[in-house]
Amino acid sequence: MNTLIIPDKKALFRGFFLIGLSGFGGVLPQAQHQLVQRRCWLTDTEFAELLALGQVLPGPNIVNMAVAIGSRFHGVAGALLAVAGLLLAPLVLILLLATLYQHYQQASWLQQLLAGLAPAGIGLLLGMVLKLAARLPRRLLPWLLAVLTFIAVAGVHLPLWIVLLVLAPLGIGLAWRYPQGGL
Amino acid sequence: MLLFLFLMFVQFSLLAVGGANAIVPELHRVVVTELHWMSGQEFAALFALAQAAPGPNVLIVSLVGWKVAGVPGAIVSLIGICLPSSLLSFWVARWWQQARGSRLTTAISKGLAPLTVGLIAAGVAMMAASHPPSWAAGLLLASCALLSWRTRLNPLWLLAAGAAAGLGGLV
Repeated sequence: MNTLIIPDKKALFRGFFLIGLSGFGGVLPQAQHQLVQRRCWLTDTEFAELLALGQVLPGPNIVNMAVAIGSRFHGVAGALLAVAGLLLAPLVLILLLATLYQHYQQASWLQQLLAGLAPAGIGLLLGMVLKLAARLPRRLLPWLLAVLTFIAVAGVHLPLWIVLLVLAPLGIGLAWRYPQGGL
Repeated sequence: MLLFLFLMFVQFSLLAVGGANAIVPELHRVVVTELHWMSGQEFAALFALAQAAPGPNVLIVSLVGWKVAGVPGAIVSLIGICLPSSLLSFWVARWWQQARGSRLTTAISKGLAPLTVGLIAAGVAMMAASHPPSWAAGLLLASCALLSWRTRLNPLWLLAAGAAAGLGGLV
């Protein structure tokens, strides 16, 4: 876990190919598993940073992360390889599935399969939240901000861009103003 | 048509603040209500498919393109939605690498960390709420969460367990 590995271009493509292929119901848990724990390309902290940036920047989060990680290791070529690796297999698969789905959408085994996959996928995402939350400093402000974000999005159903427009500058501003305590 | 799809999703790209799912309501409005490319039911089915299939949720966009213009439509739509935001994150990532450790980047990463937790937690809550509640599903969800938090198990094993529980009629 301590020594980080710098992947070559082939490994970069293969890594993101696997992440794309195995990310049922969202790619983030698999991305964290592969990038941090399995392949040691990033530390926990770097992953959290890049995830936060990917979320605040517009566009699909995981594609943003792939761009950032790919370009860190191999510039423009790395970014293209990471994104292509990430999207290629899922794109082919989903087009196949969409064709099949029209024939089988009533099939009970498919319904059952989805009924089991969905809670497992959501559980994985919750596991990732727990990992990220465990890294937050044990102080009032960060947790208050996290709860506020949660309520604004899940409770009040405010549009995401409004929440980010208000809370992102607030969080960054507080962390800037009080570098030692606060956040 | 391909050019139209491309330009449409280029515009959507920078609107997707907070992730691909942020544009789904607007996409629904444009594709179903305005352009009449498909019915609301068809859109919902495509959305469910994009959620359940492996890969990022942004693939809903390629399904819309596929529906209208086949495989080239799917590819063009996907490139359209990724291009502007990817260029932006390329430059931000480059700047981030250079400025890493400065007071500003430290403030950004510390200031945004709570938001990340809140946002993903909200996503979890909303997805969980969209499924009919049951003890079995809740138990499956909680045990997957606990195992992925506390162990370094490959998430695929947990998904396989979920799939098996589903096929076995336990969920």
